Amino acid sequence: MAQDDHSSAEIAAADSSHAAHDSAVSPGTAVITADTFENPGFPPHRPRVTDEDPKREKRAQRTVYTLFYLSILGSVWAIAAYMLFPMESNNVGDVRLNNMFIGLGATLALFGIGFGAVHWAKSIMTDVELADERHPIGGSPETQAAAAKVFADADRESGFTRRAAIRNSLIGALLVFPLPAVVLFRGFAPQDQIPVELLSHTMWKKGTRLALDPSGTPIKAADVTIGSAFHVIPEGLTELEHGRLEEKAKAAVLLMRLNPEELNELPDRESWSYEGIVAYSKICTHVGCPVALYEQHTHHLLCPCHQSQFDVANHCEVIFGPAKRPLPQLPIAVDDEGYLIAQSDFTEPVGPSFWERH
Amino acid sequence: MSTAPSATAPQKRSFTAAASVYVNERTSVAGFVKELGRKAFPDHWSFLLGEVALFAFVVVLISGTFLTFFFQASMAEVHYDGSYVPLKGVEMSVAMASTLDISFDIRGGLFVRQMHHWGALLFVAAIGLHMLRIFFTGAFRKPRELNWVIGFILFILAMAEGFTGYSLPDDLLSGNGLRIIDGMVKGIPLIGTWTSFLIFGGEFPGTQIVGRLYTLHILLLPALVVALVALHLVFVVVHKHTQYAGPGKTQQNAVGPPILPIYAAKAGGFFFIVFGVLALIASMFTINPIWNYGPYDPSPVSAGTQPDWYIGFADGALRLIPPGWEFVWLDRTWSFNIIVPLVVLGGFIVTVLIYPFIEAWVKGDKREHHIVDRPRNAPTRTAIGAAGVTFYAGLWAAASSDILATHFWLTMEGVIHALQATVIIGPFVAYFITKRVCLALQKKDREIVLHGYESGRIVKLPGGEFIEVHQPLDEYERWRLVSYESYEPLMIRPNARGKITVGQRLRAAISRWFFEDRIAPVTKGELEAGHDGHH
Repeated sequence: MAQDDHSSAEIAAADSSHAAHDSAVSPGTAVITADTFENPGFPPHRPRVTDEDPKREKRAQRTVYTLFYLSILGSVWAIAAYMLFPMESNNVGDVRLNNMFIGLGATLALFGIGFGAVHWAKSIMTDVELADERHPIGGSPETQAAAAKVFADADRESGFTRRAAIRNSLIGALLVFPLPAVVLFRGFAPQDQIPVELLSHTMWKKGTRLALDPSGTPIKAADVTIGSAFHVIPEGLTELEHGRLEEKAKAAVLLMRLNPEELNELPDRESWSYEGIVAYSKICTHVGCPVALYEQHTHHLLCPCHQSQFDVANHCEVIFGPAKRPLPQLPIAVDDEGYLIAQSDFTEPVGPSFWERH
Repeated sequence: MSTAPSATAPQKRSFTAAASVYVNERTSVAGFVKELGRKAFPDHWSFLLGEVALFAFVVVLISGTFLTFFFQASMAEVHYDGSYVPLKGVEMSVAMASTLDISFDIRGGLFVRQMHHWGALLFVAAIGLHMLRIFFTGAFRKPRELNWVIGFILFILAMAEGFTGYSLPDDLLSGNGLRIIDGMVKGIPLIGTWTSFLIFGGEFPGTQIVGRLYTLHILLLPALVVALVALHLVFVVVHKHTQYAGPGKTQQNAVGPPILPIYAAKAGGFFFIVFGVLALIASMFTINPIWNYGPYDPSPVSAGTQPDWYIGFADGALRLIPPGWEFVWLDRTWSFNIIVPLVVLGGFIVTVLIYPFIEAWVKGDKREHHIVDRPRNAPTRTAIGAAGVTFYAGLWAAASSDILATHFWLTMEGVIHALQATVIIGPFVAYFITKRVCLALQKKDREIVLHGYESGRIVKLPGGEFIEVHQPLDEYERWRLVSYESYEPLMIRPNARGKITVGQRLRAAISRWFFEDRIAPVTKGELEAGHDGHH
């Protein structure tokens, strides 16, 4: 493989930085010259001030035990703070004091031990450096040979290599036996749900009134002034016993009223709006964040998660950002009492794209 | 306190000695102490980064255990009835309510919760810095390649721990984070829709996810992390720690203070310092104030939402995709605005994971390396690292594109386009600059070895000329600058069967890229040749 790699014979003599036991190993394309400097060996030991000056040593000793005593003080203080700063008054300020004083006590307790121990090690403990010898990680040739013999003996005695039928059937069984456990994980999702169907429908249906989020009060068309934007949910969502958040995650809508001249509607959707009032899904078609930021004078909607921008005046097409599809439009109308209602459900799945969507 | 048992018991045995003997005769701990107690442990500030990660993890384990006694991982709806007045009566999940109780109704609860969260941020950050240290010093080389892989998996697990924990309170911000995960999963071809239903137990958000994440967060992931950390440390003992080049240090020794007492005291003390820093931050700085966000609701969201820092690179990758990367083909939706970030980030992660094996293959060097490189002495590797850091940093900054735009009065589009350029062009620029800087530093080192350093002493020669005296290095200083190895490009030659394989050509090409620009260490001959020492 390594044609240009230096042969071991060449480097055996020259490579002074690697041990004799390592010399049979290829250095690859490393450049090894005989003309290298020799390792000068350890430099002379330099004593610390605490080694030479007994006064300094005494002082270091005092510092260390003072730090340890401060630590005890900190622990006591943290316990005292637990009692001295109650927080049962429904007052956030008390929570802050409790948090801060318990925390500062604990900090002192921990720092006292930490800095004390490090200072002890650095300035008082005998300043020695040892040099341990390293051995090849693979062990000695004898050890390796002994290990190889263990495997060879085990193989011979069991017939693992020789008895291929036994071995292969065992491997097969070992590969298959975890599969039932994998199948059990099917239970993570309900058995009776078909994802594509659920993702394709929302709570909106013909005649559902548009209601304010979160109060659930129906909205009258007359209350929607030009330039305003409403966060909308289907009427009845707030009364749902089960699945309220799941329905809301699909049915949330933004309602905006634009000057009808500024509204550039698709021909087949002209009947979907009412006097410049348009309703669009609030769930981003990128990864599903609520597209909650409306810039009134540009009629742009911005998703705060990944900055996709949608142009409300142009049927919410994407004008910037990673989203591809326009926000789905909810066809709306007005009922006899003047309330805004949906003409139908959304005509396409809302929210993030998924594989089966088309 | 010494627990080391003495072989020859004194006449009057102290309690400690008696206890040591008692324990040893039942555990054989003496052999262990003899083997490990005086092991030399090389010392350097950069070796502390891994310790910070380990100690932050211990703090997170301790604080997290306390939190489990109070947190209830249920998504059942309740009306909040705790001490935080603005949310009284608000409908929320039990998970959110119990997190608020930890914060407002249990004395010291907020302190522990904040320490847990700050500790988690530090844990991931310290692993990241530790990995950068390992990478830039080449400490991943044989025999430590597998430990690099273990460490990298720990980095991924730490991020998973962080994200699952972040999602547990079921507040508005974390709920939006899960919504993004749901959207991304749904964008995966073929399996996406079903996978989303399996994760959430039906439609998003469902009532299952917090409980499931809790099991991952406090059982499965911590067990894996603890097991891998243990394995990681076993390998540190087996390999012995690396050391920087220095006088007396060789590939065959490990030089440093002994574990008992100096290293134990320093590392033990350092644990308390890391713990103390986290306690200090937790007592002074609020983190994740879920009471300001409120319970999860799919409809509202606040502007300027940010994930925890370590998820930023993934969120940023999503933001940088240009409009329109989604197609319907074969009657199926192909969301390349999701697929591309997933594949690119996956590719990036796998590349980092296997980098040690790539470098080993290119070099063909089968020796053990226990002396780590100064980054400048491996210019191409260092430049690759700088390119990777730039790529990551660009993605990471993109997660704050909106905040960058509003803070600096820039357009959102301008920030995104600039960061798109940073992520694509930036790595090349960083690579080039870093490589040149490394080579220049190597040249400077050569210069210093050959001609000494400027002493600042000006001498007037008899002829009237002024010169600055260059002070030659002593042998110890010189050794730090010359004791590195350089590699040369692989020359292609036919193998035994007279063939040049494709693999060989590829290896030669990468090798040329790696080692074409090479500054060799000064040799003895060069120094003796004096001023003609240029190569």
